Amino acid sequence: MFDGGKVVLGLAAFLGLVTSPAWVRLGRGGGEPPALEKPAGEKQCIEPTAFMRARHMQLLDEWRDTVVRGGARVYLASDGKRHDMSLTGTCLRCHADPEKFCIRCHAYAGVEAYCWDCHQKKRRAP
Amino acid sequence: MTGIGRRRFLGLAGLGAAGAAAVPIAGALARASRAEPAPGAAAGKRWAMVIDVQRCKDRGGCDVCVQACHAAHNVPAMPEPRHEIKWVWKERHENVFPEHVTPYTPAAVRERPTLVLCNHCDNPPCVRVCPTEATWKRADGIVMMDPHRCIGCRYCITGCPYGSRSFNFEDPRPHLRGEPTDYPTRTRGVVEKCTFCSERLAVGKRPLCVEACEGIGCGALVFGDLGDEGSAVSALVRGRELTRRKPELGTSPHVFYVL
Repeated sequence: MFDGGKVVLGLAAFLGLVTSPAWVRLGRGGGEPPALEKPAGEKQCIEPTAFMRARHMQLLDEWRDTVVRGGARVYLASDGKRHDMSLTGTCLRCHADPEKFCIRCHAYAGVEAYCWDCHQKKRRAP
Repeated sequence: MTGIGRRRFLGLAGLGAAGAAAVPIAGALARASRAEPAPGAAAGKRWAMVIDVQRCKDRGGCDVCVQACHAAHNVPAMPEPRHEIKWVWKERHENVFPEHVTPYTPAAVRERPTLVLCNHCDNPPCVRVCPTEATWKRADGIVMMDPHRCIGCRYCITGCPYGSRSFNFEDPRPHLRGEPTDYPTRTRGVVEKCTFCSERLAVGKRPLCVEACEGIGCGALVFGDLGDEGSAVSALVRGRELTRRKPELGTSPHVFYVL
């Protein structure tokens, strides 16, 4: 390899620069996920926790399209229970304050969820 | 050359990629079709409305239907008149039916407040011009609106010959009329309009304007399924002389008027 040393050095510098945010973050500490407020009295969401944690965004996308574009409103969960496909009507029944759950974790992850620009953050219906 | 050759390596890599792709596909297939309509959902072949202008007129400046709709759907009262947002409202007769007005029509008739809303046309120009299918025609005749997909280009506003659509030039939230309901508000940059209360039909209820009108014992608004020969709306549409707005355009509105 011609100029091997320079190439390796350049590559190392490039990698260091690209990954620098992660190093800064690690050095500063405090990278722990935030404490989320879990609903009292409920053990599990409408699907298993691992599924909800990994796939809630796909589930909500599916709900959105099914309700608005498909006109069907009832979700059949894997445990056989039925739920109204509604962010304010169903999710907020347990997660009463999205600030302490959805928004807190999304702020940590740096993912902006603009659901609440339109959907109500406070559930009023009984 | 030892070990695996180029061809064999590419073949194995392809197999591996196909296997990796099969996992999410199988997962998606296993999870398919997990939705159903709500019990008691109203299924219609062709929803339609009849507005009896005479009955409405006899009530003077009554607007219970407008109030009920706008409160439930969080329709804001924008301070700037050119930013006004409306789903159902009253307009002067001479503007709703200009072809029914002559130079001799008395002022009382010209100025008669006439209820207007989205006509849920059979051939909706708004749907034809929408570049993102944010507005589309459902099988049951409702011209639906999906604000998630609206990019705010306002072609539909230009396309609609009835002025039935409003645009959110600014954030509507600070201008709500009162305590909001659970219905989503809209956001800056999307178009909105009447959806024949699709969210209520989905759970077996009728549109709010119709219920409000019946609630005061007026009954100027009749809503129902034209596919059902026995419905009240079918009887009116098939048995009486009715008018539609701008029929010459060929949009075939499904809001009918008894003038």
